[in-house]
Amino acid sequence: MEKRIIAAQKEFKLKNFFFQWEWMLVLILIIINIINASLSPYYLNLKSLIDATMTFLDKAFIVLPMAFVIILGDIDISVASTVALSSVVMAVSYNNLGLPMELAMIICLAVGTICGLINGLLITKFKELSAVIVTLSTMIIYRGIAYIILEDQASGKFPQWFSFLGWGYVGGIPFILIVFVVFAVIFGILLHKTTFGRRVYAMGNNITASRFSGVQVDKIKTVIFTLTGFMSGVTALFLTSRMGSTRPNVATGYELDVIAMVVLGGVSTAGGKGRIIGTILSIFVIGLLRYGLGLKNVPAQVLLIIIGLLLVFAVMISNIKINTGKAHKLHKTKA
Amino acid sequence: MSEIVLEKRLKFTGISKFRELGLLVFIILLSVLVQLRNPNFLTLENINDMIKNTAILSILTVGMMLVIVTRGIDLSIGSTLALSGMVSALTVSANTNLHPLLAILLGTLIGTVCGCILGFLISKAGILPIIATLGMMNVYRGLTFMISGGKWVSAHQMPGSFKAIATNSILGINVLIFIAILIYIIFYYFINHTRTGRQIYAVGSNPEAAKVSGINTVKVLWMVYTIMGALAGLAGVLWVSKFASAQGDTAMGYEMDVIAACVLGGVNIAGGSGKISGIILGSLLLGILNNALPLINVSPFWQEAIQGVIILVAVIVNALVKRNVDRKNLMRRKI
Repeated sequence: MEKRIIAAQKEFKLKNFFFQWEWMLVLILIIINIINASLSPYYLNLKSLIDATMTFLDKAFIVLPMAFVIILGDIDISVASTVALSSVVMAVSYNNLGLPMELAMIICLAVGTICGLINGLLITKFKELSAVIVTLSTMIIYRGIAYIILEDQASGKFPQWFSFLGWGYVGGIPFILIVFVVFAVIFGILLHKTTFGRRVYAMGNNITASRFSGVQVDKIKTVIFTLTGFMSGVTALFLTSRMGSTRPNVATGYELDVIAMVVLGGVSTAGGKGRIIGTILSIFVIGLLRYGLGLKNVPAQVLLIIIGLLLVFAVMISNIKINTGKAHKLHKTKA
Repeated sequence: MSEIVLEKRLKFTGISKFRELGLLVFIILLSVLVQLRNPNFLTLENINDMIKNTAILSILTVGMMLVIVTRGIDLSIGSTLALSGMVSALTVSANTNLHPLLAILLGTLIGTVCGCILGFLISKAGILPIIATLGMMNVYRGLTFMISGGKWVSAHQMPGSFKAIATNSILGINVLIFIAILIYIIFYYFINHTRTGRQIYAVGSNPEAAKVSGINTVKVLWMVYTIMGALAGLAGVLWVSKFASAQGDTAMGYEMDVIAACVLGGVNIAGGSGKISGIILGSLLLGILNNALPLINVSPFWQEAIQGVIILVAVIVNALVKRNVDRKNLMRRKI
C-alpha cells in the first residue's frame, strides 16, 4: 500500500512548482491557440475569444462538482440526464402549467438538486452498489422521465429576458463567464480552504480511515452528489437559455465531456488527487479545441473521436506518472 | 465442523436457487398477465420473433457477465457492435459474392481488435473500465460514422446470402438462436470447467489474492475484454443481417439493455459471481419486457424509464439478498 501524507501545509519548492500538471495544461492551451490561429484568421482576437467561451461554458458548471466526485474516487454519469430532466420540467412548468418564469427557474434548480440527492442517498444507503451502477440506472431513469413528460416534442417560447442568461453581456463580459468565475471561486475555496475540502481529499485517499477518524463520510458524499445535481440544474438554465427551447434528448453525451475535462485537469480517477485550477484550465483546453475545430468545419464525429482519445490518453499519462513515481520511491528505499 | 460447512453450503445454494426460481416464476407470471391483455403475445410467431430478438442480446450478455465478474463494466459494446456491423455491411455490399461465413468472421475480427484495444487500456495501462470504455465508446461510434460517411447501408445494397444469415435455419433452428445456444454451451464449459475460466472468477472475487496465488491478472482482464469485443463484433454482423440495415447510430444505448440483463440475471455488480443459468433468464425477461410493453400499449416513451427502474430495483434486490446472506452467516459464526 502506498503511503500518502496529507500535509496541512505543503512546503514550497521551485522545482516542484514548475513540474506540475497545470503547467502542462497551460502549454497545451497555448499550442491549441497557436494551431487555431493558424487554421483560421478570424480566431485570434479578444472579442471572438471571449465570445467563444460562451459556447462551452454551460457544461463547465458541472465540471466543478464533478471534480469533487472524482476526487472521492466515485463517478456520476447521470449528469447529462439530470440536465435534460431539469430543463424539460422548467419548460413544461412555464409553458404548460403557466407558472411565472422565475418560479420555473427555481423549479429547474430544485429538480436538479433532487436528482443529485437521490443519487447520493442511493449510493450511501446501499454501499454494496458502486456509484457507476447507481448513476447508470438513474441516468436511464431521469432521461426516461424527460421523455415521458415531453415525448418527442420541443418546448420553447420563453420570455425575452430569459435569453440574457446565455447571450447577455455585463460591461462587455458575457454574463455566463461572470457566473462561472463566481462558482469557480466558491468551489475552489470549498475544496482548498475549508475542512470540508480536506475531508474530501481524506475520503478519496482512504475512506475507511476517514470514517474511523470521525469524518461523516455518508453525509459528505450525499452533499457532493447533491451539489452535482444542483450544478446540473444551473447548466440546464444556461443551456436552455442559449438554445431558446428544449427537448428530452438535450445535452446527450455531456457526461463524456465533463468527465474528460475533470480527468484532463489532473484529477486522478483513483481518488484523492486533483485541484480546481487544473480542471478550469482543462475546460478551456477542451472548449477552445472544440471551438477551433468547429471553425474549420471538422465534423462532430471526428470531435467525438478526439475527445474520447483525449480522455483515455490523459488518464494513461497520469497513470504512468503515478507508476514511475512509485518505482522511483521503491528504487530509493532499496538503495 | 464439517456439518457447519455443509449446512452453510446448503443455505447458499438454497438462496441462489430461490433467486432463479423466483425469476422463472416472475417470467411465467408476466407472460400470463400479458397474454390476458393481448392474446397475440403467446402465439408461435411472436414467441419465435421474441427469442430471435433475444438471441443477439443473450450473446452480448455472456461477454458482459465475464466483464462484470472481473469488477469491470463495458459501455462501448453498442459502438463496437455498430462498427463491426457497418464494416461487414459495407464489405458485403462491395463484394456481393462474399461467403456470409467470411462476413461473420470479419465482423468478429473487428470486434476482437476493438476489445483487445480496450483490454490493453484497462489491464496494462490501468485505466478504470468505466473511463476507458466511455472514451472508446465515442471513438468507435465516431469511426462508424466516418467510414460510412453518415450514410445508411440499406437492404437492397446487401446480397441475399448475407441477409439470409438471420433467416436461414440449421437443424430446424434459426441461425441466430443456434449461434446463441452454441455460444452458451461453449461458455458454460469454459467458465465452469477450464482453469482460465475459473481464474476469471478468482480475479473478480479477490484481485489481490488472485495475484498472490500466481494468476496473471493482467492476462485474464485483457482476455475478458477481448472476448467481450469478439462477441460484440459477432453480434454486430447478426444485427445488421437481421435488420437488413446498417446505420451510424445502430444499437446506440444497447449496452444498457445488456447490463440490465446481467443484473436481472443475478450477476453481482461488485464482481466475483454470476451464472450462465441466471443470465439466460435475465436476457429472457428483458426480451419479454421489450416485446410485451408495445403489445400491451405502453407508450414507447415510457419504456426507457421503466427499464431504468427495473435495473435499479434489480441491483437493490441483489444487494439486499446479499446483505441477508452475510448477516445469516455472521449469526451462525457467533453461535
